[in-house]
Amino acid sequence: MSYLMNSSEIIQTIRMIDQQHLDVRTVTMGINLLDCADRDIRRCGEKIYDKLCKTAERLVPVCCDIEQEFGIPIVNKRISVTPISLVAASCASADYEILAGFMDRAAKAVGVNFIGGFSALCQKGLTESDLRLIRSIPRALTDTELVCASVNVGSTKAGINMDAVKQMGLVIRETAELGPIGCAKLVVFCNAVEDNPFMAGAFHGVGEPECVINVGVSGPGVVAHALKECKGEKFDTVAETIKRTAFKITRMGQLVAQEASRRLDVPFGVVDLSLAPTPAVGDSVAEILELIGLERCGTHGTTAALALLNDAVKKGGVMASGHVGGLSGAFIPVSEDAGMIRAAEEGALTIDKLEAMTCVCSVGLDMIAVPGDTTADTLSAIIADEAAIGMINNKTTAVRLIPAIGKSVGERVDFGGLLGSAPVMPLHPGSAAEFVARGGRIPAPLHSLRN
Amino acid sequence: MKAIVSVFAKDARGITAYVTALLAERDINILDISQTLMQEYFAMIMLVDLEACPLPFHELAQWLREKGMERALDIHIQRSDIFEAMHRI
Repeated sequence: MSYLMNSSEIIQTIRMIDQQHLDVRTVTMGINLLDCADRDIRRCGEKIYDKLCKTAERLVPVCCDIEQEFGIPIVNKRISVTPISLVAASCASADYEILAGFMDRAAKAVGVNFIGGFSALCQKGLTESDLRLIRSIPRALTDTELVCASVNVGSTKAGINMDAVKQMGLVIRETAELGPIGCAKLVVFCNAVEDNPFMAGAFHGVGEPECVINVGVSGPGVVAHALKECKGEKFDTVAETIKRTAFKITRMGQLVAQEASRRLDVPFGVVDLSLAPTPAVGDSVAEILELIGLERCGTHGTTAALALLNDAVKKGGVMASGHVGGLSGAFIPVSEDAGMIRAAEEGALTIDKLEAMTCVCSVGLDMIAVPGDTTADTLSAIIADEAAIGMINNKTTAVRLIPAIGKSVGERVDFGGLLGSAPVMPLHPGSAAEFVARGGRIPAPLHSLRN
Repeated sequence: MKAIVSVFAKDARGITAYVTALLAERDINILDISQTLMQEYFAMIMLVDLEACPLPFHELAQWLREKGMERALDIHIQRSDIFEAMHRI
């Protein structure tokens, strides 16, 4: 490939990486584990361990080579696997945490940052295996370091499985009581996607190939930097600037995805067009919203600003990549975004506003610390609200809440590293116990008469 | 393989001579070169050919970084594909 040197382009790229936190957020290898089924759960675990170690052996070294050669950081190398409730369905034992242990050891052996797929898909109903998996989640997440769990409780086609929603309230509560980190590795989805490279919700769907490479890009800092140049301009200019920036970010993700796929001899799946923030200053989605003209993220206008941002990121990114998928959009994890943390601490950003924001952006109520005395019923009701937004709007929504045991509103929970820290946010006091106790299913919505 | 070498530093005498001597020492051919001053900062960009360079890429990158630090220069080397991908349709 011949490149006609253009110094200002080269300097722009280097500045994006060095000063504006441009990186590839994750290269995630999806691995099918359906062939690891066994009646003996330990044997099943051994097969999982062997397959993961063999298939992902070169993932981390290859990503490190790409980082070196292209000078672009790849922050996370991860593995997603077939939902374990499917893999383990024929096991005689219900102690699925044993399998989480094998996954954790395999992830450590190959050197990845996280492994996702301790998952169940039960939007329409719970199989015996789904129930076993859900009941194993608190111990599995507490006893392992790198395993992430997700449960899909609803979809636009199936409606919302309120029995699963009720279970998940109890599971989040129980996981929180065992330690603060477990809940950060647990996501409850509506309309979960099968090719998401981001944690904690990544799993390798059954429609996927044997093995696949999915890449998640990032770059809120780069978008923020570009927007500083358009102060006072019309929204058309703002949207255009975000599109152009998203295009550049995504092209880089596409290049890394192609290289990783070629070197590992594993098919390329998708690039997930995302703006994933980190707690680092200058790498914040909230800062972008504030640059669009809001004094604080969370004030009136935030939903509209986020809608514009989310749409422009997709429009810019989609032409830059051969295959786009995953969650694709801006993420708003409170604890992982310095601007969101500040807005929440000042009381400008509330859970109700966050819920509204999830109607127009990727994913949902993410990394939010709630008071330690929040009941399982309230957690289930929050999940139901968020799942309803996803179901009706035909989009993915998710809930990742952290009940801060022993803490109340205004206190702070620290998770460390990329997970950041979060102030405990207030919830509404009224009980939803009767609502949650009903069980059953909320029917799938009508697809015409859409108003 | 083609790569871009970029050098950033506070302007001083002999930077170009120093860096090009390093490249020559490793049999790296310079195909194109440009340099600018941005305020008091010096920025030099070179398109180079690594065909004859005996070092593996990561060792070369490490060596250039270390040699740069001896003279307070920030030296990067990256495959040129990344710039092509980002700025060309």
